[in-house]
Order: sequence, then C-alpha cells, then structure tokens
Amino acid sequence: MEYEVVIGLEVHAELSTKTKIYCGCSTEFGGDPNTHCCPVCTGMPGALPVLNEKVVEYAVRAGLATNCEIARESKQDRKNYYYPDTPRAYQISQYDLPLCAHGHVEIAVGNTEKEVGITRIHIEDDAGKLVHDGYTGGTLVDFNRAGVPLIEIVSEPDMRSAEEAVAYVEKLKGILEYIGVSDCKMQEGSLRADVNLSLRPVGSEKFGTRTETKNLNSFRAIARAIEFEIARQKEILDAGGIVYQETRRWDDETGEGYATRNKEEAHDYRYFPEPDLMPIRLSEEYIQDIKNSLPELPESRKNRYVNEIGLPEYDADIITSSKYLSDFFEAATDICKNAKAVSNWIMTDIIRIAKEKGIEYNELPFSAENLSRLIMLIDKGIISSAIAKKVFNEMAESGENPEIIVKEKGLIQISDEGAIKEVVDKIIAANPQSVADYKAGKDRALGFLVGQCMKEMKGKGNPQILNKLILEYLNN
Amino acid sequence: MITREDIKHIADLSMLNLSEDEIVKYTENMKEIVSFANTINEVDTKNATESAFALDTYNVFRKDEVKESFNREILLSNAPSTNGEAFSLPGMMN
Amino acid sequence: MKEICEMTAHEIRDMYEKKEITVPEVVKAYIEKIESEDENIKAYITVCKEEAMEKAEKMQARYESNEKLPPLAGVPIAIKDNLCTKGLKTTCASKMLENFIAPYDATVIKKIEEAGAIIIGKTNMDEFAMGGSTENSAFFKTHNPVNLERVPGGSSGGSAAAVAGNMAPIALGSDTGGSIREPASFCGIVGLKPTYGLVSRYGLVAFASSLDQVGPMTRDVRDTAELLNVIAGHDELDSTSANISKKDYTASLVNDVKGIRIGVPKEYFGEGISASVKVAINRAIEKYKDLGAIVEECSLPTTKYALPTYYIIACAEASSNLGRFDGIRYGYRSKNYDTLQDIYKNSRSEGFGEEVKRRIILGTYVLSSGYYDAYYKKAQKVRTVVKQGFDEAFEKYDIILTPTVPTVAFKLGERVNDPLEMYMTDLLTVSINIAGVPAISIPCGKDEEGMPIGMQLIGKHFDEETILRAAHTYEQNKEV
Repeated sequence: MEYEVVIGLEVHAELSTKTKIYCGCSTEFGGDPNTHCCPVCTGMPGALPVLNEKVVEYAVRAGLATNCEIARESKQDRKNYYYPDTPRAYQISQYDLPLCAHGHVEIAVGNTEKEVGITRIHIEDDAGKLVHDGYTGGTLVDFNRAGVPLIEIVSEPDMRSAEEAVAYVEKLKGILEYIGVSDCKMQEGSLRADVNLSLRPVGSEKFGTRTETKNLNSFRAIARAIEFEIARQKEILDAGGIVYQETRRWDDETGEGYATRNKEEAHDYRYFPEPDLMPIRLSEEYIQDIKNSLPELPESRKNRYVNEIGLPEYDADIITSSKYLSDFFEAATDICKNAKAVSNWIMTDIIRIAKEKGIEYNELPFSAENLSRLIMLIDKGIISSAIAKKVFNEMAESGENPEIIVKEKGLIQISDEGAIKEVVDKIIAANPQSVADYKAGKDRALGFLVGQCMKEMKGKGNPQILNKLILEYLNN
Repeated sequence: MITREDIKHIADLSMLNLSEDEIVKYTENMKEIVSFANTINEVDTKNATESAFALDTYNVFRKDEVKESFNREILLSNAPSTNGEAFSLPGMMN
Repeated sequence: MKEICEMTAHEIRDMYEKKEITVPEVVKAYIEKIESEDENIKAYITVCKEEAMEKAEKMQARYESNEKLPPLAGVPIAIKDNLCTKGLKTTCASKMLENFIAPYDATVIKKIEEAGAIIIGKTNMDEFAMGGSTENSAFFKTHNPVNLERVPGGSSGGSAAAVAGNMAPIALGSDTGGSIREPASFCGIVGLKPTYGLVSRYGLVAFASSLDQVGPMTRDVRDTAELLNVIAGHDELDSTSANISKKDYTASLVNDVKGIRIGVPKEYFGEGISASVKVAINRAIEKYKDLGAIVEECSLPTTKYALPTYYIIACAEASSNLGRFDGIRYGYRSKNYDTLQDIYKNSRSEGFGEEVKRRIILGTYVLSSGYYDAYYKKAQKVRTVVKQGFDEAFEKYDIILTPTVPTVAFKLGERVNDPLEMYMTDLLTVSINIAGVPAISIPCGKDEEGMPIGMQLIGKHFDEETILRAAHTYEQNKEV
C-alpha cells in the first residue's frame, strides 16, 4: 500500500543565558561534575526556584521570530515523574498556558515551499546527566546541566518526509541563532529533537498511531531515524500488524531505533500549577519592545541577497540558513566589495571545508577579513585563481592572513610580459610538434602549451598574459 | 468509590510499596476522606476562577547574573553514596 | 523576681542591657532546664549545648564592650526541625531525614542569627509538619507541659512545648493549616501565622508551598511582635515573598481597641465546639466590648468547606514536594534493592511514616488523571470563594475573632486511629491559610481541668498590626 508519512517535531533548544532558569548557577558547558550546582538545582529540601527574566525574554523572542501569538497571561506547572536526573522528582514546565502559541515557519525542499505550523513554545528546565561509572559499574549523576533553561518548540504534524523535517529543524536553528537566544550546538546537545511519526494510507484523513523517537541531536540522526521508522512502520502495516504508540530511542552507531522499555508506561505526570512560582503577565509594551529589538531574520536577508545583490536563490538560501555564515558573508563583502566572489567561495570551498573537517561554520579557523583579503589579491591580479585555491587551503589549515601566505611562499603572480615571453619562447622551441598540431587545427595543442608554460613558471604566470603571448606567436 | 486497585495504582505513581495491611487500611481511610472531600461540590463555583495563590502577585523575576555555585563536598555530603564528584547509584539503572 | 526560664525575651534583653544578668547565665539556665525537664516533655530532637554556650560567651563580650546590639542579642530560641540550619541536623521528625545536615541556612535562620538570637535546639514536630498533635514524629511523642498526658498540639508541638515548658523563651514554628496556632492554643502561649508572603519560606522544608508560613511562638504578644520584626521582609530567594516595606510591629502594641470593629462568624461556633471553649471565647468577647471595641456577629458561609479544600490542596502540593525524597541525593536509602524502582519505593516506604504516606496517596489521587478537575481544580475554585468570603467580611470588620481550636488539648493516643477526626482539629484554622490572611492565637482562659484555651484573631492581608494591637490589649487587660 502507498502511505503518507506524517511527522511532527518537538525541538528542545537550550537558551544561551548566563545562568540557569531558577538559580544563579552558571550554564557554562563542561566543568567538573556537580560544580555548577547549588541547593536549588540539586533539589535540596527547602530550596526554592526564582525565574530568570532573560528566559522569558528569550522565549518571547523565539515566539515572535516564528510568528507566534504571545500569551499575556502565562504560568509554570509541575510535571511529576521519578528519574535520577530529575532532582525534585518534577520538571518545571508549562502545561496549559505556554508563553507562545499558534506560529509558523516557511521551509523549502527542492523547489517546493511550505509552511510548518508551530503549536506552542514553552519554557522548562533541563535535567542532569547520568554517566555510566566504568569503575564500579554504577551510575553517576551530574547536575551541572540540571536547570539549564530550555524552550520546547512543538510543531504541528505538518511534515511529510525526512527532508522536510530536516529543513524545518535547519530553519529553526537558523532563526534561533539569528535572534541570539540559543547557540544551537547540536553536538553539545543544546539543540535536539523528538520525532513524532505515523503513517496513513494515501488519501486517508485519519492519523495513524504515532511513535516518538526521542533526543536526536544531529541532522543526520534526524534523517536516518525518520527513514528507519518509516520503513519499520511500513513493514508492520504491510504485514497487517499494529503500530504501538511508544517512546523510542535511536542508536546512531548501529543505525537502528528501538523501543524503550515501557513496562510502566502508565505515564501520569499529574501536572499542576507550580506553587513556588508566581504567574507571568506580559504587557503590550514589553512585547512591542522585544519585537522592535529583533534583528533582521533569515527570510528577509535572503530576499535582500537575491533582489539587491543578485545572488541565486539557492545560494542565498544556503548562506542565510546559518547566522554565522550570513554574518560572515556580510562582513567579507563589506571589506572586499565583491559579493559574488564571497558567495562563490562560501558555496564551494567553505562548505566543503566545513564538511571535510566535520565542524560548524563558527568553528572555521579563518576570519571573514582574511577571506576578503584573498579575494582582493585575486581582484588586483596579484595571484591567480589557481594559486588562490592553494592559498585558501593553506588558510583553512592555519587561519593565517593570505597576504602573508602569498609572500612567504612566493606565490605572487608573474605579470611581466618580458619574463613570460622568455618562457613562451623556450616552450615553443621545445615543442614544434604541438605548434604544428595547432596550426593543423587541433585546438587541444594550445592547452598543452599553456600548461607547459605554467608548469615552467610553477603556476605563477598570469594566465591572461600567457594566453595572449602564445596566441600571438601561433597566429603569426 | 475508591477500590484497592486504585490505591495500588496511586501507590505506584507515588513510588510507595504498600503491604497488604496498608492497602486495606489506606483503602478504608481514602474512602472516608474522599467522601468528605466530595462535600466541596456543594459550593457554587460557577463564577469563580481558580486561585493557585492567596495573593495576586505576578512577574517575580531574577536578573541573569551568575552567583557562585556551591561547594561540591557539602552538596554531596548527605548522599547515601558518591564517588567524590557525583551522586552515585548502584548498577546501570533504567 | 521571675526565674530566668520564665522570662520573656524582651525581659531578658532588658536585663542584659542593665547588666543584671549575663548571656551565659541565661543560656546555661535554659540548657539545664532542658536537661532536667525534657526527658518528660520531649520537645527537642537536637539540643545544641556547646554551640549555644560558645555563642553566649561571644555575645556577652559584645555586651561588655557596650556596642549597640541587635534586637535578639543573646536571646535563646528554639527552632522547629523543618527549618534548614547549616551544619545542624534538620530531620523534619522523619526517618527519611534522620541524619540530614542541611547544607545551607534558611533565610529566617540567617535573620534571627543576624539579630543575635542563639539557637538552643531543634524541636519535635509531626513528620514533615503533617499532623495536629506531634504524635506523628518518627522519633518520639511530645507531651503537653501543662498536662503530660495530653498532646501539645501540632505540628509545631515541640516549639510550643519548649516555650510553654520554660525550655525556650521564644521559638519558630511553621503553619500550613494551623500548625503554629493550634499548639499555641493547646499549650497556652502566643502563636502567629503571618500573611502568606510576609516571611520567607526559603529553607523551610515544604509541606504545601501555597499555604506554608513561618511564624513566632512566644510567651507574650510583645515577643511575637519583636520576633516578627526580625523574620518578616522580602527575600529574593523566595518568589512568593512579598515585596513590601518593612514595618515596626512593636509600634502596634498599644493598649487600646476603642472603635476597632470585630466580626464574630457564627459558623465558628457550631457543631464540635466544646462548651468550655465557647464560654472562654464569649468572655473574651465581653472583655473586648468593655474595652470599647465594636463586636458583631457575622457570617463566613464557606467555612465548613475550607477543611476538605485544605486537605485537597495541601496534600496535592505535598505529594509533589515530597517526591524529592528518593534516596539518591540525601536522606534514607533502603538497604533492600535490585533495581532503581526498588531504591525509590523501598526508601520511601521505609523512610516515611503512616500519615505522610496517607497524605501522599491522597495528594497523588486528587492530581491523577481523571480526578484533577473534580478535586484539585474544584478546590482551587473553592479557594477563590473562601478568599472572597474573607474579603467581604473585612469590608465591614478590622478583625475576625474565633476560637483557635474546637477543644482543648486531647489525650495522647486519643485520635491516632481516626485520621478524619484528627483532621477536624484543623477545622477553625485552615481557612486562614487558604485565604492567606494573618492570624494570631492568644491564651484566653482555661477549662475546668486547667487546660489552656486559645482565641484566634484574624486580620486583613499584611495587617498584622491590628491583630497584634488587639491581642496585646486583651493580654494587658485579661483577668489572671
């Protein structure tokens, strides 16, 4: 049977506040176990939470940037459950009055664009970390992450493929980075997604039973987990079986998903209003002030790149998908005044380097300034494009200023006609057969002669001048 | 009407093990207490909103300023078991 | 002259100033009194003899250097054992926390220490403040100093017995549904439950977060005002702490109630109120009239629904608040386990006492799927109605006057087998917590067997002044 895939995502993003959501402990990543902790975030008896004002502000920013309505009245609720990483045996979250609701973002897959609805965005606290103790075989509990603020962004079940799901998460990641509320470092777990997925026969209105695969922390894992789950559910349904509503995990190493043991999945979280925290009331002015302070969002930047700078839509889309990349693009363009060249370098070599090294764009070892220096070296004719590739690779390793690389390695282009003519004369004298071939109409011989000259000049000859001189000789 | 099965389920949610005697006793107690609790249905609350608090206060916030964290040794000092850096549990628990 | 151990805190303080007595003498007298009397009364779980004596010596040196000293300088104080005291055991009278040494001080503890008070011990209570007789302590039962066969009330029974038994001049208690006022009434002392939010809850081991308040338990109204001066005030560590300006409550201690309007709700004199209590309260009412107050009968029609509402809300919050006692970060861990579930279930089942488990079960039940709307949500609405009832009454009256408890202190063991009857003890005190208003219990006579009777004066939100004034005036004018 043909099935339609129905996907909804719950994306958790850690907010980049300095302190935790309910206490003054630092949110800094790393640190020895339990050194960013206090009685509040370890759930000591008698300790009480106080809400970090930045958390509200950041959540509202996220809501406004995703076209949500912002609640004028909101509150926090307790979600009760027992787990060793949850120090009070309840998470403080939001149940029926989230800060933001009814938003949407636009995504594009291939040539089709669509809107993904955002059901709600609410604030909550992160849990601690459980680590296997290799020494005793036991479990160690580290509460450094406990109490780090999160927003949970819940989408509508609007996505129909892994590509759409990935595009949606990429879109959210871009937005959150742009508005500066989360650094979205997926490898540190500061952005992660739970995938709700079901299948239904094409044309059916009714949703199938969904499963939830939790805690996916890379685009690759999201895509693979979705493909795996689609295949799994399809196989069950094709065999006439029943898909059970269950919580699943994804093992990125084996490439397989598995159901968590849900023996007592009689989950009853007993949500109720958190009596240690007062309700939140947001005024029109507060919301308007945040609205006014929002930076230009990717959508608007993209339009500007296409309409004002003339970048191809695809390139503009890629560049604006990352705030870092887009800021990098703007900074480099600002200096070298050659937006097309900057865009080309980004679309080819920068994306390639990041992929090869497996790094995020903000981990690139060189600055926008150095890329613009490289572009200006080409534009001024000081180095050739061929040499520029070498310089770029060098710069991508060391982060060094390309002007210095060029100087130290003696890569400056030779444009002196006299010097080039000497080489041309020498090569032509040594290759009479190629000259004859050219004259007999074999154009390929020209390339060979240019190549031989370039080789003689160790690649530093100005290609335009070289070409001109050889042609002058051959055509005379 | 509260049954012993209800009590067993509630005890599970509350992470309590109840002995047979306790199940019997708490079932009896709860029948009485819950029927007493049911008397609140006599109050007309058509026009009443829910109050989580006695006072009408809102927007109690803290500035995003880092405070020194706690001495780890003291935080761990009441734990039944630790490895000196973290709270510990025997076995890999799921 | 009075014995040292019979003096109030302000009398002790005056004598220090006049150099008629030294701090070590006072602290020593109390320690000796505890050593001789407490084996019968059993008010204290922990006595800090060495630490208290050491602090007494230091404080004495400060008196001798004639520096200006804070209001409770050198005054011994007893602390209910659910207030976190850094470096001292804080047990909540539970096996769960039998060896728990708090890693930090509650805000009120910081405040009383800054005010110079010297903690002489931590007092017994109903386990996690759940009870009205202190019989639910996991360690031992406390006896009423007035009559050792009777309960001292609860849950702050140890603090009440310490003050009434001359083993501390003043004490701190906590009150969720009457836990300061009921034992104050039973032991014949003064106890105040402040307006919700007036005193910080930071470091008070929570029973029911939206109802709990810390308050003074003392021998006279002046000490209550003095102690309230010290502990009241905004705390940025407690989101429910009210951000209002500081007051001097001793300024309200004027001997005058002329023109004060007092409402006496008829619902507080119905079924279950003993004859001797009614007689004593009526006598107090007459006294107020004589002193020029305007006393009228009034009505608080939802009174009878406050008790079930209270138990639903308090137990719901407690079931969540007590989740953290799971045998992982602190507290009792069962020796008996194979799985994580075992650690949780066995530690909690062995660590909590009967009444605590009963309330966790009730609280979990009213929050659980399918019952939330009928119980918890409904109770939150009734809470609004109860509040409105008080608001309306306070449009007409400055104070509402009622008995504190329907009866005098009952005998140990008398009610332990009937939870619902035990809950009835809270009948007249719980609606005050639900509405968040302040109330003071002051002694107003004794029954024929000599057991103390308490009168409850209820005030408007943050108007502790008026009830303190009326309480003080009554205290100054009552027949001894």
